[in-house]
Amino acid sequence: MLVNLQGPWSPLLGRLAVSQIPYENPILVGTFVLVVALGMAILGAVTYYGKWGYLWREWLTTVDHKKIGIMYILVGLVMLLRGFVDAAMIRSQQAMAVGPDSAGYLGALHGYLTPFHFGQIYTAHGVIMILFAATPILVGIMNIIVPLQVGARDMAYPYLNAVGLWLTTAGAALVMTALFIGDFAHAGWFGNLPLNELPYSPGVGVDYWIWAFQLSSVGTTLGGINLIATIVKMRAPGMTWMRLPMFTWASLSANIISLTSFPVLTVSLALLSLDRYLGTHFYTAGMGGNLMLYNDLFWIWGHPEVYFVILPAFGMLSEIIPVFSEKTLFGYTGMVLASFGIAGVSWGVWLHHFFTMGSAPDVNAFYSVSTMLVGIPTGVKVFNWLFTMYRGRLRFELPMIWACAALFFLLVGGMTGMMNAFTTNDYMVHNSVFVVAHFHLMLLLIVYAIFGAVNFWFPKVFGFKLNERWGKWFFWLFTAGTATVFIPMFTLGFMGMTRRLDYIPYAQWQPLLDAEMAGIVLYSLSAVYLVAQLYVSLRDRALNRVGADAWGTSRSLEWATPSPVPFYNFAYIPHVNARDEWAWRKENGIAQLRHDRYEGIHMPKNTGVPLVLGALSLVLAFALVWRMWWLAALCLAGIVILVIMRSFAKDTDYIVSPEEVKRVEDALWAGTHARGTEAEGGRGRGAVGGGLSPAHSPSAPK
Amino acid sequence: MSASASEIIDPAKVHLWDRGHHGHDVIGTRTFGFWLYMLSDAMIYAALFASYGVLSHVMNMAGGPMPGDVIRPGYAFGETLALFTSVLAYGYAMAALRQGRAGGVAGGLLGAMIFGAVFLGLVGKDIGDLFAQGITPERSGYLSIFFTLVIYHALHIVVGLLWMLVMLVQLVREGFTGNVVYRLVNLKLFWHFQAVVWVFVFVFVYLQGVIA
Repeated sequence: MLVNLQGPWSPLLGRLAVSQIPYENPILVGTFVLVVALGMAILGAVTYYGKWGYLWREWLTTVDHKKIGIMYILVGLVMLLRGFVDAAMIRSQQAMAVGPDSAGYLGALHGYLTPFHFGQIYTAHGVIMILFAATPILVGIMNIIVPLQVGARDMAYPYLNAVGLWLTTAGAALVMTALFIGDFAHAGWFGNLPLNELPYSPGVGVDYWIWAFQLSSVGTTLGGINLIATIVKMRAPGMTWMRLPMFTWASLSANIISLTSFPVLTVSLALLSLDRYLGTHFYTAGMGGNLMLYNDLFWIWGHPEVYFVILPAFGMLSEIIPVFSEKTLFGYTGMVLASFGIAGVSWGVWLHHFFTMGSAPDVNAFYSVSTMLVGIPTGVKVFNWLFTMYRGRLRFELPMIWACAALFFLLVGGMTGMMNAFTTNDYMVHNSVFVVAHFHLMLLLIVYAIFGAVNFWFPKVFGFKLNERWGKWFFWLFTAGTATVFIPMFTLGFMGMTRRLDYIPYAQWQPLLDAEMAGIVLYSLSAVYLVAQLYVSLRDRALNRVGADAWGTSRSLEWATPSPVPFYNFAYIPHVNARDEWAWRKENGIAQLRHDRYEGIHMPKNTGVPLVLGALSLVLAFALVWRMWWLAALCLAGIVILVIMRSFAKDTDYIVSPEEVKRVEDALWAGTHARGTEAEGGRGRGAVGGGLSPAHSPSAPK
Repeated sequence: MSASASEIIDPAKVHLWDRGHHGHDVIGTRTFGFWLYMLSDAMIYAALFASYGVLSHVMNMAGGPMPGDVIRPGYAFGETLALFTSVLAYGYAMAALRQGRAGGVAGGLLGAMIFGAVFLGLVGKDIGDLFAQGITPERSGYLSIFFTLVIYHALHIVVGLLWMLVMLVQLVREGFTGNVVYRLVNLKLFWHFQAVVWVFVFVFVYLQGVIA
């Protein structure tokens, strides 16, 4: 059954050998040293400050949706940095390797990256940015905000939530492992067939790519189930469907997409791995395989995935814009319908990724029209946001400027997308960097929405605002970088530059490539300001403390609980009376959040099982990459046994006593009159400081 | 919107907090989540069936065995009978659950397990015979998807049997606790779902293969 491998294989170590460690590549050795140094510094600091117990109790074993969300976002940020370094390497190689006279370094004929290494970098850049940066950050924000917005104490399945986190983390760890042991796929992030088949890619790179994808795919599917169940089943009393906040609607539509499309990805990659491991003929060039089957299956997932990441971003804009326009969202029903319109159309457009495959003209025409249809609900959304701002009291605070810039990039990215939807036009620009610039602007709009959302909800989660001055510097440098990189890229696309070039034969493109390089420098500079913003905000957190209603004009339910949010979210589950419940309570002078007595609260207990499941999955994937069958079998058996054992566990939840709730609440509200002082409470479970600032203090009923 | 600023609200009469909140319907929430999981599994099957459709052109047989050579209606009939009897036995267990008879539930589970095992045995024999004749997944694209589809379904049956075994133990140890009941309900969904999928396998793979 097993396919005959060329090259050595041992029963104990599989294909793993010392020669697989790229110690002769100075770039990778340097990275390795840096990663090890950083890792040692972090582990050393944790040991020095004696924080292992805290880390284990409060983070690694937690089932609290807010902490899980924060860890998702941290994983996403780390991978965002890695993906950005990949981008900087692609750009610098393309700026250096121009024309036959360009110099070569480190064994490369031109530039400093060999074609095989360059191929791995652009593959890694795509995989990481989509699956391990954008997706975890968005899932993390949904994890934190959705239960708060629907008035729940946690997700529907807190334990499953932790499993999803650790599976995604295992996928990210597998991608990082590929840097230092073996190599990564070199055939593009979506995998060009039959280049990905064993005869053409005999190394382990493609296997790393497959299993990293699979781990994160399972994690995201589980997360999708959890979020849908939370929204459908865990809403507070009175929270009817048409009172749901728009971000929650967006999350619901996005997760319906992920639940239905990720399984198709699982199939497309599983069949490829059967080809590579068992010698079947699904996608092979001969013996009855069908290459296009892979492209169809992959993009049946791939295009809905695009909307899976963009719909939550739209949801974030729909939350930010009303708060800083001091108006209710314009066209609520239209927004809901538009979200589900986009989700519905997302299933019928995938073929536009390969118009040039040569389908019959009527097939191309169908997908061309369906692609243009996406513009209608998206246009509805854009106009609704504009009408929300129209005659509003606009305040351009950090979240709002990110949101406004997101609208601008949605316009540019969306219009160029409509250009690509014309089959005739697509034949001209297919596989050119024009398309690359288009989808980067679309994804950057998501990044802009994410930075807006992070600035917007940060005070809710941590109890203090991010610094505005450094944040604005970061925003403008980042925006300058975006413009400087992608305007020349559109131009180069029209001039005929194709994707993925490790060597550019035309010296006349040099000025534009240099401009893109300058944009990367601006991006790098902006990252410094981001770090500075975080550092300054953390240092001056005592000055930036906020109350429950951090922005003063916020509208939905997540603001109707203290900041930082206590681990049980709400001392009493709110009863919802209006669409913008919190705004409605403030208008009517009934926005009182303190209670005179408390009840016991039923909460899930922490467990280390999800972490162990994630670790076992990581080792399982590693063993499969290197074909160590004994280790793979051992890990699989371990996972099955652990899952069965967990099903026998009875001690899975507990009751928080009314006295404990009172203690946590009192500690949180103690900050009301003593802003800037930190009050310890709730065994450090996010119950530090907080309190209402006098300006936004909710008025008691009179 | 249900309210506007011009309305006069009497704070004493508005219901703002849900005091005495006693949590959510646990069994309903768990079962809903399981429906969602099955939706994702249905998508996996859908993608596999679509691939079967694409890969069952004569080109994809690469000069190797045709559907008529690999499909034996007798086995398919026996497998169908075994799986449906197993589902029937599970239905008996659910009827006993409604009446609160632990013995009836255990008996129904045992019956479902026995017929499930018979199904697996028949599938195993069928595939084993084909392998012995040299008809293996590596032969052609068509055989690759044929075996993948049938074995993927059989793997679900293996998982189902293991799950039933666990439920038998938990039933004996714990009786009808909330956890045991929701798991039995979810397992019912799972088991019926495999029977439904088998109908599709039977129609699109076996029946169509025989006709072709």
